[in-house]
Amino acid sequence: MCSLCGVLGGRGHWTESAATPETFASREQPHTRARERQMRTRLVNKVLDHYGLRLGDWSGGTHVLRGPTGRTALVNNLSEMWAAADDLCRQESGCDPLDPDLLQRLAGD
Amino acid sequence: MGEFSEQTPINIITGFLGSGKTTLLRGLLAAPDLSGTAVLINEFGAVGLDHELVENVTEGTLLLDNGCVCCAIRGDLQDALRNLLSQRQSGQVPYFRRVVIETSGLADPAPIAYTLLAEPILQHHFRLGGIITTVDAVNGWVQLQRFPESVKQVAMADRLIVTKTDLAEPQQIAALHTSLRRLNKSAAILEVAEGDIQPPALLTDDMYDDGGRSREIEQWLAAETGEDALVHDHADQIHSFALTYPEPLDWTAFGIWMTMLLHRHGDNVLRIKGLLNVTGVPTPVLINGVQHIVHPPAHLPAWPSAERHSRIIFIVRDMDQAVIEASLATFNKLANPNAQPGEVVLGRVN
Repeated sequence: MCSLCGVLGGRGHWTESAATPETFASREQPHTRARERQMRTRLVNKVLDHYGLRLGDWSGGTHVLRGPTGRTALVNNLSEMWAAADDLCRQESGCDPLDPDLLQRLAGD
Repeated sequence: MGEFSEQTPINIITGFLGSGKTTLLRGLLAAPDLSGTAVLINEFGAVGLDHELVENVTEGTLLLDNGCVCCAIRGDLQDALRNLLSQRQSGQVPYFRRVVIETSGLADPAPIAYTLLAEPILQHHFRLGGIITTVDAVNGWVQLQRFPESVKQVAMADRLIVTKTDLAEPQQIAALHTSLRRLNKSAAILEVAEGDIQPPALLTDDMYDDGGRSREIEQWLAAETGEDALVHDHADQIHSFALTYPEPLDWTAFGIWMTMLLHRHGDNVLRIKGLLNVTGVPTPVLINGVQHIVHPPAHLPAWPSAERHSRIIFIVRDMDQAVIEASLATFNKLANPNAQPGEVVLGRVN
């Protein structure tokens, strides 16, 4: 539980390898949580660019998602981020990884 | 947070009305290996489990903001499990090492799984074990044609138990097997007749059980290489397929892709199981998802064979395998720009 806000904390999100360190214990190269966060932010921004969105780090513990009109949302993990991205992006269909236009754009990167 | 092995496993026994859930449960609980099992039943009825801890859970769900049916926390189940935990800790009930939830015949297993994985207190003390679905050998095929609840229960199963085989004709059983395999490629299919309940491993082997994890993965892989079903039936829109991916997968890119896929299409992705070759991680990483819900990843101590390809089994509704393959390859290439296109191979369409 957070001692400041009293919010009950769950385990880390399944996409964060620090949440299940035993699963990734055999890693061959040095690995840090901060480096993984940076990598995740960099990769996800390649996808979000298609929607005019940008994800940034906020205090090292959470992220801030910015929309094309300046609206923002704080998100704690990728699952929360996609829900916020649907709200912030202007596309009626929302963010879809099977969208041919998105895949064509990513393939061209 | 406790390690998975320290968390109390919860098995779900589901199946259509009259398919033999309670008979199966009664037989399993008689096995000495499964002593110390608490049972939750979400419909009222005399079960006759005198020596076991039995609680009745009434229906009641609390929908979250997104209103998704599969992501509903079962308030009744949440309260029942918290009470069980409290009573165990205070010594009011005998110490139990496992919980079995028997659902009602029309239940969707997804909200139960979501409750266990999303509720902050429960996720520290419990983990989801296998989902066992009973299917009546006499009526099961017809039920699969007529009742979507039955199809979903089969699609989400880790074990499919065909019951009442002593009452069915061989051709009925064969047709049912074909339908079951088409809907769920990875689940073991076991047959039981009246009073012929088999091994505790039905409950104990799962991907988070230290003793049974390797057997569980062998089962996935064996089922994956089995014969594809040739019969196309009413439930065609739900089907399963396996992707094999020879190049290592970047864990970060995979997480971005999977969360995006489940956010947009989770209603139609009924089940995902996978054995992943993750870049920089010599041991295989196991993933397991039910609709929008993904278990924390686990690992095997070693690859089951010399081949280190990632293998992902999908059970989907109205989704195109080729599109999913292409999308995964494109996302993985974001982290590995030097990878060649067309990396996904050996995908099969039923």
